[in-house]
Amino acid sequence: MIHSQENIRPILELRNLKKSFGDNRVLRGFNLQLYEGENLVVMGKSGSGKSVMIKALVGLMEADEGSIRIKGHDITSLGQTELDILRTEIGFLFQGSALYDSMTVRENLEFPLRHHKAKLNITEKNETLVLEALGSVGLKDAVDLMPSELSGGMQRRVALARALILKPKIILYDEPTTGLDPITSKEIINLMRSIQEKYKTSSLIITHDVDCARVIANRIILLVDGINYAEGSFNELTASKDPKVQAFFKT
Amino acid sequence: MEVGELSYFAKRFFVELFKGPFEFKELLRQCYNMGNRSLLLVSVTGFILGLVFTLQSRPTLMQFGAQSWMPSMVSISIVREIGPVVIALICAGRIGSGIGAELGSMRVTEQIDAMEVSGTNPFNYLVVTRIVAATLMLPLLIILGDAVALLGSALVENLKGEVSYLLYFNEVFDALKFTDVFPATVKSFFFGFAIGLVGCFKGYNCKKGTAGVGEASNAAVVYTSMLLFIIDFIAVFVTDIFFKV
Repeated sequence: MIHSQENIRPILELRNLKKSFGDNRVLRGFNLQLYEGENLVVMGKSGSGKSVMIKALVGLMEADEGSIRIKGHDITSLGQTELDILRTEIGFLFQGSALYDSMTVRENLEFPLRHHKAKLNITEKNETLVLEALGSVGLKDAVDLMPSELSGGMQRRVALARALILKPKIILYDEPTTGLDPITSKEIINLMRSIQEKYKTSSLIITHDVDCARVIANRIILLVDGINYAEGSFNELTASKDPKVQAFFKT
Repeated sequence: MEVGELSYFAKRFFVELFKGPFEFKELLRQCYNMGNRSLLLVSVTGFILGLVFTLQSRPTLMQFGAQSWMPSMVSISIVREIGPVVIALICAGRIGSGIGAELGSMRVTEQIDAMEVSGTNPFNYLVVTRIVAATLMLPLLIILGDAVALLGSALVENLKGEVSYLLYFNEVFDALKFTDVFPATVKSFFFGFAIGLVGCFKGYNCKKGTAGVGEASNAAVVYTSMLLFIIDFIAVFVTDIFFKV
């Protein structure tokens, strides 16, 4: 497995992450390392703190305690400008796609290019970048449509194309298959795999979809009671006798 | 009302406004949305306001044989007070609730988070542009509303009192002084700022769920309306000190 190579430094690392909302201690010391080229899946029940963790990771939410390092930078100590630059190396696929509904698909994809194209020394024309990203998700024809004219699966694809537009090194997926029918879910999962192969990205996938975890994960972390309850490959975890682990995989 | 949080939000607006980068294209889009799309509403409201105000005042003035005072009375009342307050209240309904609902729904559908993650400052892009647009557009809409209201009043005087439009507007411009127009115009900028600020504050800090969006939109109108009267009171108070009205 990729993570077993202990001499390789993780591209993304969470250490002892803690977050509470009043008396509700959601994360109680969560740890995570994502290595280059790896697909790491974090599984947990609804309300277990998966989304809180991923939002803390990109600075959308402040953790109470712990360190978050992306490519060696501790994001809690970065200024806004440095954080914005670091964020360009991270693509984020939101649970509900989060497309800007007052903009066309083209404008949605061009949006991240506005401030960062020059800083990242991207020389290609916007049109080329937009069509390339849309081509990667098989939706070139939707370039001038509004998000409201797209189906749920198409919206998820466009959101993925938007996450890819700056060619990030890390992609974070927050429940990528939630709310989709089984066939569209499979399409999205296959798309995630093909994107990983094409762009050589490292992916952190938050999900409770066992099929998604089975197909895509190099490694799985089970988030239970705010900590890493168990960790291993899909086969290792499905073979576990622990009732809390079994609860995730037994149908 | 969360006065402390609103003050902090206003402070952040000024910091971001001067820090930049300035989203000029988005500002123009917002000016068009708020200004151009409010023209009909403001014009109709202003016209009926002038019409009704003149129709209601006419019998009383006639009792005292003072109908010749009508143009000056109507113009001063409308330009100084009724026009700005009524148009601002109408705009609080249209613009304030629109901003509250739009930003609120962007918040609950994670569009604002998506902007932040893409390395764009959403406060700068969404909030600064909307507050600046409302601050710039409100005075223009109020000037338009006042003008159309005076036209409505002139129509009544022309039809009922056989006063020519030329004579009516000569009387209007004779009656209006700098001390009437200037404070009212300055006040309009503050009205616009209040509409933009409260709408953005409520929408940007919207709680999760569709109920949160409705609440943000509703609260934007209610709190803005209250704030408009407070600003109006302060404006009249300050004008009284400086211009001895």
